[in-house]
Amino acid sequence: MSLKHYDRLALKMIIMTLSFSLIPLFALGTTIYIQFTTAYQSKVAESAKTLAQNRRASIELFFDERIAQLNTVAQTHPIEKLKDEAFLKKIFDTLLAKSKSFIDIGVIDSQGNHQAYVGPHYDKLKSVNYAQEEWFNAVLTTGIYISDVFMGFRKAPHFIIAVTTIDNNQIYILRATINSAIIDEMVRAGQVGKRGDAFIVNQENILQTQPRFSGQLLGKPTSPDFSSSVGSTVEFVNLKNEENIYATAQIKNPKWVLVIREDVQEEMAPLFKAQFVENLIMIFGILLVVIGTVVTTRTMTRRLEKMELEKAKSEDLMVQSSKMAALGKMAAGIAHEINNPLQIIGDQAGWMKDLLDSEDMKTNDNYQEFEQCIKKIERQVNRSREITHRLLRFGRRMETTQDMVDVNNLLSETITFLENEAHYRDITIQTQYDTGLPEITTDSNQLQQVFLNIIDNAIDAVGQSGKIFVKTAQPSNSSKEILVTVQDNGPGMPKEVLARIFDPFFTTKRADEGTGLGLSISYSIIEKLRGKITVSSEEGKGTTFIITLPVK
Amino acid sequence: MEKYRVLIIDDEEDFVETIVKRLRDRGLDAEGALSGPEGLQILENKDFDVIILDVKMPKMSGIETLREIKKKKPLVEVIMLTGHGSVESGIQGLQLGAFNYVMKPVPLDELLKQMNQAYERKLIEEERNH
Repeated sequence: MSLKHYDRLALKMIIMTLSFSLIPLFALGTTIYIQFTTAYQSKVAESAKTLAQNRRASIELFFDERIAQLNTVAQTHPIEKLKDEAFLKKIFDTLLAKSKSFIDIGVIDSQGNHQAYVGPHYDKLKSVNYAQEEWFNAVLTTGIYISDVFMGFRKAPHFIIAVTTIDNNQIYILRATINSAIIDEMVRAGQVGKRGDAFIVNQENILQTQPRFSGQLLGKPTSPDFSSSVGSTVEFVNLKNEENIYATAQIKNPKWVLVIREDVQEEMAPLFKAQFVENLIMIFGILLVVIGTVVTTRTMTRRLEKMELEKAKSEDLMVQSSKMAALGKMAAGIAHEINNPLQIIGDQAGWMKDLLDSEDMKTNDNYQEFEQCIKKIERQVNRSREITHRLLRFGRRMETTQDMVDVNNLLSETITFLENEAHYRDITIQTQYDTGLPEITTDSNQLQQVFLNIIDNAIDAVGQSGKIFVKTAQPSNSSKEILVTVQDNGPGMPKEVLARIFDPFFTTKRADEGTGLGLSISYSIIEKLRGKITVSSEEGKGTTFIITLPVK
Repeated sequence: MEKYRVLIIDDEEDFVETIVKRLRDRGLDAEGALSGPEGLQILENKDFDVIILDVKMPKMSGIETLREIKKKKPLVEVIMLTGHGSVESGIQGLQLGAFNYVMKPVPLDELLKQMNQAYERKLIEEERNH
């Protein structure tokens, strides 16, 4: 498989894993987000609504109390007494003692004239006729009247409450002016937080109290028109990119609407904080999942790649060795086929020689020539015999076999092959065999090839007059392995060379001297024989190969 | 050299013919056979001291022939002749009682050396049996 293929595989795996883990994570996160937001929003809305209702109750109670006070005054005193301004003053003082909100009080007859007045604007109001006033007609029909807020003479916001009473079949009106500051106070208690607001509008959507932010008293509020709201409502309104919660509560009498505005940002701050934390956790979780997925997938594909590579390598080796085995068989077959004719050629020549040796042939003029010819034939037969026998040995070596092998003997035999070359270069090969070594079951031909490669390499490495030390040992009698050490006192190798020594086609020899396959093949063979081969080297001191072989 | 009896069994006619001539020339009582069955047939009527037996022959292999020979004439010494790559058949021959095996092509002098040794052993064996 190509590297690109592994990248694609890794990508696919990453996408799959991420989809399977991130989709539920997102789904869960979003659900929690939505659920939590909805729950919190309704909680905030609910509390705004409750606040509005509470404020309304206080305001209604205030109005009810004031009406009750005036009714009590009107019903419990004969009108004649109330017309007496000194008496009215006494009652007014009693009312003030209970509530500072009264500004003045007056008794008006059915024609709209002031019969008595107690208050700061006596001169101006005592002579006023209210017959044409809207409120005057309203109170005559309904019995109780509460006006909207107006500024009046004192330039302070106030409103009036008027009740009727009947005396001697005559209708009289008891009218009181009330400072609306006290209503303001009550409404202001509904202003929540730093940006919350609360105010009252009348049926014409005119502000009856001074809001914090939403406009001027007796002006139009900047908020949406809630003047026709019925009962109590709550809604989220997005105004100029600011989201607000508006809770309203309708006041029964007068027909005002209490509006409480809360800033969503402010009210929902804990929710936003929770959302922020959730998002943070989500991001962290996603990051963790992504990193985990990428790392795991990478590791897995790397391992897969390595396995595939090793498999390909061992397959290559198998193909190579089966090729070699086939080649060996072919060589042996050819050698065998040639041996028979060689035998016959040799024998025919021999027979000719036998005949030539008889007396009468010796006198022949060409005797010398015949003898020379026969000798040459015999020499060439011998030469061919050498070749075919070598081919047969090669063929045998290529076959994989399992023999009982005495490693010491195999080493001795291998060293004999190389002795000539060592002798020629004045190299000493010293041996130290552990005579108690058990025989091992292995492929003697292949093992011999390894010994040959390594000792041959050592001969090349030590150069003129070097020393090679070959040793066999068994770590202990019960040990399941034997060790073969080949040590030389050559120049050693630098680390870079040592690291690549078993790589195929790696060689430090000249191109015509080595293929760079010897140690690579040796490594493969030892691995195949389930052994180990290790090498250590020190520059200037020499190199040591240790082959560990299993005792089966 | 003492005149002893030699039988050559090999499917290569040229080889058998020549070697018989050369051995006779050296004063041995040599005969040839071109197959296992033919060799066994000859053995029915005549005793031999040494047999040269090719391992690889059609119809009846050298190993099979060797088994039959040893059944009939346990004392005769057999030298296996092999052109085959593997030494296994030679070794198998030894296990079945062959004296030795040599690999083709073999010079006559070498073969004679083996034959003489085989003959000597046969004499020793015969003496021991008497």
